[in-house]
Formats: sequence, structure tokens, C-alpha cells
Amino acid sequence: MNFLARHRIILPVVSLAVLLAATFYMQPRTMSYFGLNLLFNLAVPIALATVAQMMIIMVNDIDLSLGAFVSLAACVTATFVNDTPVLGLLILLALVLSYAALGALIHALELPAIVVTLGMSFVWGGLALFILPSPGGQSPEWLRALMTVKPPFAPMAVVAAVIISVVTHLLIVRSGIGTVLRGVGGNARSVARAGWSVIWLKALAYGLAGLFGVLAGMALVGLATSADANIALRYTLLSIAGVILGGGEFTGGKVSPTGAVIGALTLTLAASFLSFMRLSPDWQIGAQGAILILVLTARLIFSRKGAAT
Amino acid sequence: MSDHENALIVTLDQAAKHFGRLRALDGVSLSVAAGDCIGLVGHNGAGKSTLVNLINGGLAPSSGTIVFSGGDTAHVAGVRSVFQELSLCPNLTVAENLKISHSALKGPGWRRSARAEIRASLDEIFPDHGISADAQVDMLSIAQRQMVEIAIGFAPRGTQARLVILDEPTSSLDEGIAGQLLAHIRRFCASGGAVVFISHMLGEIFKVASRIIVLKDGRIVDERASGAFTRQGLVDVMGHVAPESAQVAGARSDPGSEILRTAQGLAARKGEIVGLSGLAGHGQAEALAHLYLSRSSAWRPRKSPEVVFVAGDRPRDGVLPLWSILCNISISVLQQTARRGLVNRQAETAIAAEWKSRIGVRTDDVRNPILSLSGGNQQKVLFARALASQAPLVIMDDPMRGVDVGTKQDVYAMIRAEAANGRTFLWYSTETEEVCQCDRVFVFRNHEISAELTGVDISEEKILEASFAMQEAS
Repeated sequence: MNFLARHRIILPVVSLAVLLAATFYMQPRTMSYFGLNLLFNLAVPIALATVAQMMIIMVNDIDLSLGAFVSLAACVTATFVNDTPVLGLLILLALVLSYAALGALIHALELPAIVVTLGMSFVWGGLALFILPSPGGQSPEWLRALMTVKPPFAPMAVVAAVIISVVTHLLIVRSGIGTVLRGVGGNARSVARAGWSVIWLKALAYGLAGLFGVLAGMALVGLATSADANIALRYTLLSIAGVILGGGEFTGGKVSPTGAVIGALTLTLAASFLSFMRLSPDWQIGAQGAILILVLTARLIFSRKGAAT
Repeated sequence: MSDHENALIVTLDQAAKHFGRLRALDGVSLSVAAGDCIGLVGHNGAGKSTLVNLINGGLAPSSGTIVFSGGDTAHVAGVRSVFQELSLCPNLTVAENLKISHSALKGPGWRRSARAEIRASLDEIFPDHGISADAQVDMLSIAQRQMVEIAIGFAPRGTQARLVILDEPTSSLDEGIAGQLLAHIRRFCASGGAVVFISHMLGEIFKVASRIIVLKDGRIVDERASGAFTRQGLVDVMGHVAPESAQVAGARSDPGSEILRTAQGLAARKGEIVGLSGLAGHGQAEALAHLYLSRSSAWRPRKSPEVVFVAGDRPRDGVLPLWSILCNISISVLQQTARRGLVNRQAETAIAAEWKSRIGVRTDDVRNPILSLSGGNQQKVLFARALASQAPLVIMDDPMRGVDVGTKQDVYAMIRAEAANGRTFLWYSTETEEVCQCDRVFVFRNHEISAELTGVDISEEKILEASFAMQEAS
């Protein structure tokens, strides 16, 4: 087998490096502590959301409610967690548990995850509107301080991305339970035959997705200082794109946490890059799509070549 | 374990398993003791897989008992199985796959012990295997995957393997590696383990088994020490077709011109009924699907197709469950009768009514939903759909699955009548009785045609001989 098929991480790294080099070339002033932080600080919540989506894709499902869920978590953070911290954190915990219950339900009733999560996106969106009918709320002080911290050597956004990818790599790739979770995506029947309860594993995967979704909402509030019921709706598709861009696949349990974080960084950077190109915002979403198609085409060509040799 | 040589591992007493009305296993009593190596043979549908699933705890018996002496469950008792279809997680490495079935392996450093354990097991069974414990499974060849699966089956995994069930373990291994496995099985049994060995290679069975059990129609029909069997005797015990049905074949002669010959060697003449036989899953369905797809276009539907397909797996590729019986029959002829792209409802109704009476679909109104029919009648609808078209070639992929005897007789008569009118049938069946109705039979083994039988040569013994490799392994 060829080199790229063996090391799936290479292509995401190369895409990010190329895009970063192009950005530095167009706007050399971004090549600084402050510039990098500006480029990447919005990538932190997107990276967390992408990791959440990855947990779901890992077990062969897909989550179309993630954007609405992150918005809801952001609204809870900007209101309850700020005003009554204990109640707020309990609500966030309940949200994580409800995600786990949803995973168990989807498995037990053999429902298609795409339909259930699409339906749930309206539930989460409705709850968010109920909490914050109009944009507002306030970020808790400690969260604001955490998201604007200035660590030495590298800006917060870069440090956070490294921490997220190391933690999720340990959790999903290195640990025993993470291996079994990936096994569920690879061949659920053989995992069940080996004596594991697949329903618990699915609940665990969804629960982890809920946890990272909540973290994404909190990080977003920490950066934006207030919340809105529609603040993160784009995240649903961004997170799916990030997982795929990072070398993951929709089926078969082939995911890479580091790749997912890199995918999220690439997507964020693509938006900045297009601004530096003075492209009208009307065309930016289309151009972002074009970058995505380009990277995926490259990957497809490489994997076809790998299969042919 | 030397002080009680014959310690029982598992005992089945009159164990039976029914799926609805189907008696997959009909009262089997069997005990497996340490040191046993049991060869299990039987034709398709004899109940081998069901028996295996009862022993390994995958299924609960409908009646009768199964007792494990080493613990309450098969898992605790050290009963493992290696399945015929590959059951590894392709996205994980070899060592990680061991971890899946070894839940005691945890904590930091589990990876190192998993690697060591799978490497030891592979080294012991297949010296010079050349498989890295860190290789991802989907990068391995089929044979290497099978070797990994067998190695995981024999690995200690926290307890100890006491009984390992191997279901067609050598199907994708070459002879040298298969020999290593057989040698390991003998060593394993000599040191107090037990093995249940299922194979279509009778030579292998004779090489390793101490005892051979023959299953037929869900019952044990013979059980002897392997020395007491001869190969021919074993094939004779497996067979069961009543002699009179064999006379049906060979009644017709007068072959027409050849209309089909594939690279694989499959051939058919005009008006001929060609059977495909052999053990299930040896490439017959794939050969038919390949033939069908090569003769029909996915882009441009023709007015009168060259070939039609009768599905055996009705829910998957047969019935359109939301439609009426009428629509299910007429879909194949819509193009023929359509006028300016619109459905000709009169012609549609006439065709449905004609076929309802010709093939005898039991319903008062063809507008009833298809799912209101029994399985056999649904299958008749699928036959009507195929036969209503003008196609000269009809491909049938085990169409009589789950069909009652009366329907079968109706359909046999219909097939013979249509063949006499010049249609050609390619008929894959898992039931030897049906294959014996054919004019010519191709027997498949390992995705290749192992024998072509015609006329009086079509008999159950000949088919069994060709589907079980007799000479190969000896």
C-alpha cells in the first residue's frame, strides 16, 4: 500500500500548511503572535464541534443537530451559567446526558440517526430561543478570562488546538475504550459477539459528542461575550466538513482526532484567506466550498492510485 | 487436566432451534470433551451454522438444554468461535482487534501486552506468518485476515481457550498455511483442548478429526470415529434425494443453439434449464448477478429486455413492498405497452389478470398490496413479473427460498412449459432436488466451476462430490 493511504494525516497537514503559507504570503503581518491569534481564535469552538461530530461519525452515524445544540449550550452558558452557576452547570450536564440517551435510543430502535438528529435540531433550536428570544446574555468572567489568556510563546488559539488534539488522540486512538468505540464503527457485530454491549458504547459515543458540543458552546460564548439562539447554526456543516477534511470517512469508523482539529483550522483559515484576497463576502461561501472540493478530490485521487497499485 | 482426560466441556441434550415453522435444528444430542476434535459435515441447510451458534452461546435453544461445565456461559467456559465470514474490525490494527475480544486488557500499557499476546499466538500457529501486530486489518490480504482471526480464536485472552469452533477456516488459506493450521489443531487437541472443525474439504476433515458427525435436515444422522468412515461412505450419508425425482431430468433432449457462454465456463442453449449448484456462497449468486448486469444496461431501459432476473432474497431485491400485486407484476412490461411514455392501464390490467390465473396467485383482487400475500405467493408474483416480459433468458437466484411444496410444484411445471417454448433458464438453487430438474448443472467451488454435469450424470452424489473437494487436500 502506498504511503498516503498508510498515513492519512499527511494530506490534512499539507492542506493546512499550503493555505497558511498562502495567507502569510498575502498578508505578512499575520505572521505574528497577535496575527495568529486573530486568524485562529474562532477555530477553537469549531474544532471542539468537529471533535463532537467525529464521535458520532466514528460509530457510523451523522449528527445534523450539532449546530443547534452548540447554540443552545452557548445560550445556557450566557444566561444560567453566568447568573446561577450551579444550576447552569447542571443544565449543561443534563444536555450531555440527553445526548447519550439519544444515542442509546437510536441504537435500540434502529432509527436512522440522520432523521432523529434532524428532528432534534428543531428541539434544541426551540429551547435556545426559549432561553434567549433575542441576542444577549453575558459570558461568565472566568470563561472570558480563559478564552483571552495570553500564554507565552504561542497564542491561545494554537495552544488550545494542540491541547484538544492531544486529549482526543489519547482518548480515541490510544485508550482501550476508544479502540472499542472505533471498533463499533468498523464492525459492530464482531464487537457485540466479543461480549460488549453496543447500546452502552453508542450511548458513550453520543455522550462524548454532547460533552464536546457543550464545550464548543462555552468556548464560543467566551470569545463572543454574548450569545444568540442562531449563533452556531453553521457548525453542523462545518463540523462534518472538518471531519472529512481531516482524513475521516463517513463509514467504517475511520476517524482521526488530530486530523479533525486540523480540518477545523483549515476551514477557519480558508475564510480569512478569502477575505485577504478581497473576495466579496457574497462569494466566500462558494469559494470555501471550492477549497473543500479541491482537497477532497486530491484525497480521492491519491486513494484511487493507492488502490490501483 | 491430565487426571481427567475426558472432562466434558459442553453437553447438548435434545437441543432444538426453530425459526418460525422452519426447524433449523431438530433435537441434537452431543457432548464435546477435552481432547476431542470433531469434524462436522453436512450439506447446505443441514443445520451446521445453527448448531455452532447454539454451542457458542450466540443463540438460545428453542427446546432442550445446553450445559457448559466450565461456567454458566460459553464465554466463561472458554468456548470460542472463528466464523466463516470475516469478523474483524477492518479499521483497527491486529493488536487492537485482539483487545476487542479481550476485555480484561486495560490500563496503561495494554497495547504492549496485546501486541505480545497476538504475536505469540500467530507465531505458535503460523510460523513465518509475516504479519505485524500494528498492521491495520484492511491493509492485510484475505488470507492474512483469516490467519489473524484464527490466532485471536486460539489466544488465551485472559482465560484459556478450551473449545474452538472453526467454521470453514481454510476457505481462503493456501495449502501450506492450511497445513500449519491442521498441525496446530492436532497439537491443541493433544494438549487437552477441543476443536469443532467444519470444512468442505473432506481431506482436511479426515486429517484432523477424531470423530465425524454428519448433520442432515437438522438431525445428526451419523456419528463415528473418523477411521470408520470412507470418503465415499461419508458422501453417501450426507445425500438424501429420493431417487424418483432424478428421473425427471434427461427426459428432454434436442438441444437448441448455444446462446450463452461466459469466460467462467457457464454455457446455456436455447430452451435449456441450466442449474447452478454447490455449497452456498461459493460464487453462484455473484456469477448470476455479473451475467445479468453485463447483459442489461443501467442507462437505457429496453422495450423488451434480453434477460430478466427472479430474486430469491425477496425483501432485498424482489418485491416493491408499497405497491399492489398488479404494479409488482406489470413493472417489467410497462415499457412494452406504454404509449408516448404514458402507462397503458388497460394492457397492464390484462397482463396482470392473465398471469394471476396462469400462475395461480391466491388473491381475490390484484389491486391488493403485495404484502397481503404469503411468501410463496409473493414469489409467484416475482415469477409472473419475469415471465410476463419477452426476455429469452431468465436468471433465477435461489427463487424457492421459503416457498411451500405446492407452490414449488406449480412453478416447476411453469418453468418446464416455458423452457419448451424456447426460453432459457439459469437456475441457482441450494436444494439439490431442484437442481436435479435441470438439463445441465454447473457445480461451483471457491468461485470456480468444478464440474459440468448433464443428463443422467446429474445426481446428488455427483454434485456432492464436486462441491466437496475430494482429491485436493489429500
